[in-house]
Amino acid sequence: MSEDIYREMILDHYRNPRNKGKIEEPDIRINDSNPLCGDEISIDLKVEDEIIKDIKFDGRGCAISQASASMLTEMVSNKPLTTIKEITKDDILENIGLTNLGPARIKCALLSLKVLKLGMVKYYVDKDPSSADEMKDQSKVF
Amino acid sequence: MQALLDVYKIRQDFPILNRKLNDGKRLVYLDNAATTQKPKEVIDSISRYYSEYNSNIHRAVYQIAEEATQEYENTREKIRKFINARYPEEIIFTRNTTESINLVAYTWGNSNIKKGNKVILTEYEHHSNIVPWQTLCHNKGAKVKYLEVDDDGYISLEDLEVLISQKGGGKTKMIALSEMSNVLGTIFPAREIIKLAHEKEIPVLLDGAQSVPHMKTDVQQTDCDFLAFSAHKMLGPTGVGVLYVKKEILEDMKPFILGGDMIKEVHKENTIFNDLPYRFEGGTPNIADVIGFSAAIDYLNRIGMENVREHEHKMTTYLLDKIQNIKSTTIYGPKNAKDRGGLVSFNMEGIHPHDCATILNDYGVAIRSGHHCAQVLMEKLDIVASSRASIYIYNTNEEIDILIEALNHARRIFDI
Repeated sequence: MSEDIYREMILDHYRNPRNKGKIEEPDIRINDSNPLCGDEISIDLKVEDEIIKDIKFDGRGCAISQASASMLTEMVSNKPLTTIKEITKDDILENIGLTNLGPARIKCALLSLKVLKLGMVKYYVDKDPSSADEMKDQSKVF
Repeated sequence: MQALLDVYKIRQDFPILNRKLNDGKRLVYLDNAATTQKPKEVIDSISRYYSEYNSNIHRAVYQIAEEATQEYENTREKIRKFINARYPEEIIFTRNTTESINLVAYTWGNSNIKKGNKVILTEYEHHSNIVPWQTLCHNKGAKVKYLEVDDDGYISLEDLEVLISQKGGGKTKMIALSEMSNVLGTIFPAREIIKLAHEKEIPVLLDGAQSVPHMKTDVQQTDCDFLAFSAHKMLGPTGVGVLYVKKEILEDMKPFILGGDMIKEVHKENTIFNDLPYRFEGGTPNIADVIGFSAAIDYLNRIGMENVREHEHKMTTYLLDKIQNIKSTTIYGPKNAKDRGGLVSFNMEGIHPHDCATILNDYGVAIRSGHHCAQVLMEKLDIVASSRASIYIYNTNEEIDILIEALNHARRIFDI
């Protein structure tokens, strides 16, 4: 039932998103959208010594995609950039408390993780273009 | 023809409407603009083909193949009559509306649209009536221009005239537009638009995906040059589309899909193409589903398209009125039900359409949420998505009441 999905935590992050907005002169800026529903997420990161010093997200979309993005920014803030590699689909679903989402809505929940991983890959490939092959699987979420 | 359509009797013909969902709820199917449900006789006719006369058409000389060929060609004739085309060879079977439009863009478009020319579309087009033209024009160095849609979901013939004669904009070679918007619900004045276009010798393609299933279609009356629509949005199976093309235009068109069945003779160095319409139906077609479509046309003919329209008009009036009364709700498209087909797109402030649709699912209510393959229109409306409820011959006011109850529940969950 949808009461199980739209619990207070999700609605709170949807209405009062954490770390929402843009960073001026970010080290990483990346965005993607969900072609099925048009949810959009962009993420800005400030990285110092491989640590995520600041993170902001922006976007339009459903409560699940926006709340999930908000929670993800809290999850990785002040963590090493490499942490992003370790985050799995299940970590996100557990973090937002939605482990039984249907296949259509799972994409909403995971859009921000996809964007964040793309951003990390872009960061490392920009620094070292020869790592492109090694990094290409790192952005996969599913 | 019965005077009015008997919804409760009709419902008995649709097995899926008896389906109980996971939690025991009844299905309230309000996503008919995406695809409609199928009556038992359509399902049975497909099954009958496979179990009684499954065979490949047009060439074999044995009994079951002749039966299959006859059923397949009977469908073509039924469709000719249904849209009042002059000749059966003006009816081409495709996979869907998208393929029908692609066929026109790839063949007619490729031969006729040149560098510096212009194709006019509208801002409310489905992606299937944008992308083929955009790509064609891009490759040819031609331009796509969009006729504006106003805040109430209407277009203006004066604007169209201005767009056609715009100085420096190139010669207009094609106007392609939907007869009914799949988001706004607006029914557009096809006949007037085509009259205007023909005065300037511009051919018109009508995307009839939303209009043909819901109202009487007469290609001789509208005088459209091309008409594209899909079987699955009018009780028929998926995988069958129709392209109508005026014979005099079709005769000059080059084939699209090359290979079997569309040829008369093949030699090492050259090929003689088949007659109309077979020239445009390369390869073994979707025989079973074309035959299934025949049963769908019979079903609609029995009800009468005027009755379909009348039922939808009444229900749309009811639906519009009910949704209008929900607080903080924006409805897109005309306020007046008579200018609309049987769909209403809307947004409730503070609830994303996807969340709305998820909550509605608890009530067994199936509606569509998203951009409805009309992102150009979404940009114009400055929204990323909307919810859309769309009706057909088997829907009832009771189902609309369940939709409204579910929408109010969504408002309670989101506390708006």
